[in-house]
Amino acid sequence: MSGGMLISILAAAVSSGTPVLFAALGELVCERAGVLNLGVEGMMLVGAVSGFLATVRTGNIWVGVMAAVAAGGLMGLIHAFMSISLRVNQVVSGLALTLFGTGVSGFLGKSVIGVPLPAQFRAVAIPGLSSIPVLGPILFRHDLMVYLTFILVPALWYLLYRTRPGLHLRAVGESPQTADALGVNVFAIRYVSVIAGGMLAGLGGAYLSMAYAPSWIESMTAGRGWIAVALVIFAVWDPVRAMIGSYLFGGVDALGFRIQVMGSGVSSFFLKMLPYVFTIAVLIIVTATASKRSSRAPEALGLPYERE
Amino acid sequence: MRLAVEKRETTSQAFRFFSPFAAVLLSLLFGAAFLWASGLNPLKVYSTMWWGAFGDAYGVSETFVTAIPIMLCALGIALAAKMLLWNVGAEGQFHMGAFAAASVALSMPKAPAWQVLPLMAMAGMAGGAIWALIPGIPRAYLGVNEIITTLMLNYVAIYWVEYLVHGPWRDPGSLNFPLSAPFSDAARLPALFGSRVHAGILFALVAAAAIFVVLSRTKWGYEITVIGENPKAARYAGMNIERNVVLVMCLAGALAGLAGMAEVSAIAGRMTRQLSPGYGYSAIIVAWLAKLNPWAVVIVSVLFGGLLVGGYSAQFIGVSAASVNMLQGLMLFFVLAVEAAGRYRVRVVRQAEAEAEE
Repeated sequence: MSGGMLISILAAAVSSGTPVLFAALGELVCERAGVLNLGVEGMMLVGAVSGFLATVRTGNIWVGVMAAVAAGGLMGLIHAFMSISLRVNQVVSGLALTLFGTGVSGFLGKSVIGVPLPAQFRAVAIPGLSSIPVLGPILFRHDLMVYLTFILVPALWYLLYRTRPGLHLRAVGESPQTADALGVNVFAIRYVSVIAGGMLAGLGGAYLSMAYAPSWIESMTAGRGWIAVALVIFAVWDPVRAMIGSYLFGGVDALGFRIQVMGSGVSSFFLKMLPYVFTIAVLIIVTATASKRSSRAPEALGLPYERE
Repeated sequence: MRLAVEKRETTSQAFRFFSPFAAVLLSLLFGAAFLWASGLNPLKVYSTMWWGAFGDAYGVSETFVTAIPIMLCALGIALAAKMLLWNVGAEGQFHMGAFAAASVALSMPKAPAWQVLPLMAMAGMAGGAIWALIPGIPRAYLGVNEIITTLMLNYVAIYWVEYLVHGPWRDPGSLNFPLSAPFSDAARLPALFGSRVHAGILFALVAAAAIFVVLSRTKWGYEITVIGENPKAARYAGMNIERNVVLVMCLAGALAGLAGMAEVSAIAGRMTRQLSPGYGYSAIIVAWLAKLNPWAVVIVSVLFGGLLVGGYSAQFIGVSAASVNMLQGLMLFFVLAVEAAGRYRVRVVRQAEAEAEE
């Protein structure tokens, strides 16, 4: 493989990994606060269709982005109400959210199948940085949404580990009783986290339909929401590792696509399986090799909090 | 003044019986709002769906035909869920069961029915079981999250079937359609009562009876219930959780695989890529609507078959297929919400009381 081709695959890995990264960061925040959200796939789809619809109607991508964020947040609100207020089983609520999101996005998007997007995100080379050899073309010739993740990841890391709200958020996910006793509002923090998680998943969906593959196709996320959930386990609930994991997934995705285009003789169906097989393999390896201490999920993950 | 959500001491028997109906009703109401907002007349849509599914002999027969795969998949999902195992991979297990059964049918074109059909059923169950063991064994011994692995394997199984019907299995006589060669007549599961309802319904009823007996009458069923309710206590009592996880996943996969065998043999009669409109996903909702009770699964599956068949009819008056999926998701939400309403009551707490509580 030539150097130029390697660089172009790595650059493709970044853009292919970006929608998953948004969703994974959202899930990470949600799980850090102790709520398991298996509705990411549905949230991404609703975000993708809302962003696309709003952009088609208004011709403005930023309105599209806002619509996707709002729609994802609304889905988050539903999950928050179900799992935090009604204290229902979070697994089933998340599955319901995914089924509902798949249906509702197909329903809403029916009118725009095959419709071109009037405006879309385009690559903007960052002056200076984009001319760094190797790194420049891989990282700094993308669209604004990719650059947004470059800010989001360190910001989230800082929020979680270096600020008071971050400390509270982690406490709520580890031991809601203790946090409550110290005067932290467990319910409020969980609500905010789940809604914020939904907004990020919505952004991930919008990236798919407005930048990565500018179009609306039913179920176009193709399991990326589930891969995002798996990535959070891989990432040991850490934003920086979530970024690495997303690009790894993106790399496998991009590589499969390249091999297909080159006409290697391998059936395209096997190449399409690659990201899923890769995710299963990584999940098994990570779970098997990580020591119990370092790979521990937030203690209260999935457990509804009941004030005594 | 504020609202307090409090736990109820008990839930009445009547509430527990009627709550699923309330959930269905509420989701139909919400669905109506969606339909109305998109310019359709909800009453007309629902009546078209009802008549399409239950209005005549053909509709009823289609409803049962659609219910069969859902029933088999949901029985396995419900059994696993009793142990807090989340098998969301019935869709993939269904496809691998269909693939294994089709391999038998295509490789024995001359064999008589009494040879080929039992072999197909066994292959179907084995195919589904193996597909469930791939996530089942890592779940049992390493604690690998089975929700994600079972779900990922759905995509892999569907691409595998697509590969077969586009590639090595494609019938040259199919005019370039992605279809395998048709099965021999001996490899077709017989229909019953002169309708399209096939012998797969007997598989489902036998499975429901067997699961009911196992859960309510055997030591093993007791173990499953205890592991699901309190794994720590089960471990303390010396129950082998790992072995049970593997066994239950294996059974759940076998049932979904059998559903795939029945579908490919009785309905399609050849391998195609459109064997399931998401039976494995509908089955998840059915299992929860039925509260994991095997007999309730049988009944709810028929109602769900009606929902899907009614959905096809509604497409003729401009309702998209996706709205049926939406309705399914809504139902699952309302099952949860109504169940929660049974466990909690909302009470208005007045200022003085609130202060007294502090």
